[in-house]
Amino acid sequence: MALRTLLTRKTLAISPMGMLGLRGLQTFSLPDLSYDYGALEPAVSGDIMQLHHQKHHQTYITNYNKALEQLDDAVAKCDASAVVKLHSAIKFNGGGHVNHSIFWKNLAPVREGGGEPPKSSLGWAIDNHFGSLEVLIQKMNAEGAALQGSGWVWLGVDKELKRLVVETTANQDPLVTKGPNLVPLLGIDVWEHAYYLQYKNVRPDYLKNIWKVMNWKYANEVYEKECP
Amino acid sequence: MVATAVTGIATPLKFPLFSGFQRSSRSLQLRMSQKAGHGVITGKLELRPPPYPLDALEPHMSRSTFEYHWGKHHRAYVDNLNKQIAGTELTGKTLEDVIVATYNSGNLLPPFNNAAQVWNHDFFWESMKPGGGGKPSGELLDLINRDFGSFEEFAKEFKTAAATQFGSGWAWLVYKDEDKKLAVVQSPNAVNPLVWDYVPLLTVDVWEHAYYLDYQNRRPDYLSIFMENLVSWDAVTSRLESVKAGSA
Repeated sequence: MALRTLLTRKTLAISPMGMLGLRGLQTFSLPDLSYDYGALEPAVSGDIMQLHHQKHHQTYITNYNKALEQLDDAVAKCDASAVVKLHSAIKFNGGGHVNHSIFWKNLAPVREGGGEPPKSSLGWAIDNHFGSLEVLIQKMNAEGAALQGSGWVWLGVDKELKRLVVETTANQDPLVTKGPNLVPLLGIDVWEHAYYLQYKNVRPDYLKNIWKVMNWKYANEVYEKECP
Repeated sequence: MVATAVTGIATPLKFPLFSGFQRSSRSLQLRMSQKAGHGVITGKLELRPPPYPLDALEPHMSRSTFEYHWGKHHRAYVDNLNKQIAGTELTGKTLEDVIVATYNSGNLLPPFNNAAQVWNHDFFWESMKPGGGGKPSGELLDLINRDFGSFEEFAKEFKTAAATQFGSGWAWLVYKDEDKKLAVVQSPNAVNPLVWDYVPLLTVDVWEHAYYLDYQNRRPDYLSIFMENLVSWDAVTSRLESVKAGSA
């Protein structure tokens, strides 16, 4: 056992960016933003972006890695009840990592196209399905504002039916928990940590303003991949 | 059709919740005297202020937090509940009964979130006091020692429940009549232990709006400060005494 541990530590030392831990288990790390923390102002403050990325997202990743390591142990020991007990920690923290990784790509500074309405296939699909972009935004804002507690509001595409959907999920549940064929195009974090320092209790103002930095280019890329 | 004039509720809300035993003798509609809080709702529910000035818990909980948490969030729950129950049969009930009725065995009806959050926040303000914290004494401490092993064990369990309540919610010290014991429970969003037929004795709000202005993401720091500096053991003791009176 000691020999195996020694070998594993060596593996950790030489593996790229610490991606392989014990027994080759993948560990996750915080993805970088492609813009500065202050680049989304005034829609979302630099303070919020920094806390949100460096503290909240990082904590989900740290706890996700911990839970995966515990899962690995439980599986190795064939401890079924320990495996089952870990499911909520994996869903919370893994979901938090998945959702926030998408979120950072959903946003872009204005000078890099943030807020520019969708063109081409996604733009057309939105008009076709919702009537107009304004109607879609209104719908997402209404559902986001009405969400009790913590969660997300999503624009997604059903990759089987090739249809756009608006959905909400609670806490850090990823969109796929609302349907196995749902692929997220845009997600808006409506946990209070996403807006409180700037917008306080006025979630509707946050929802109104975040569209000014929405990265429709990214959403369109994902859409075109699912609906070529 | 319920009159929309502000007539207040049947039991005047001049006394803070920790005089629970006095208030319960005035209200005939209560199932258990230890749930004394709001009388039967007639007309509109009023937003009750905390039993101390908004800056009284500084530096542990800022005035700014109270201006938003009480002045905006709590106020909105009251206003929205009033809109939701106007003209319905819910206006003939106590707030506690509205909560249980709209919890609907977990299949929440629309007024539940507002009704429960009105109650939860009243209970939360009264769970704190200036110069709070420390340890309880007397029978309450005896019961804590009996049911948790020690006060330190209780504090650890309470803080853990509060820290691990994922998303929005609350942690509670409750009295469980079914086994005559104290227990720590956690609840999501607006849910409170009334719906499980437990008697709430103490709560801490772990919705992010409760601590974000003062502590940002550092929920564990908020919880430590809450335990060390804010808990009103007087209120918890009074609530426990109401339990004893109610079951006498």
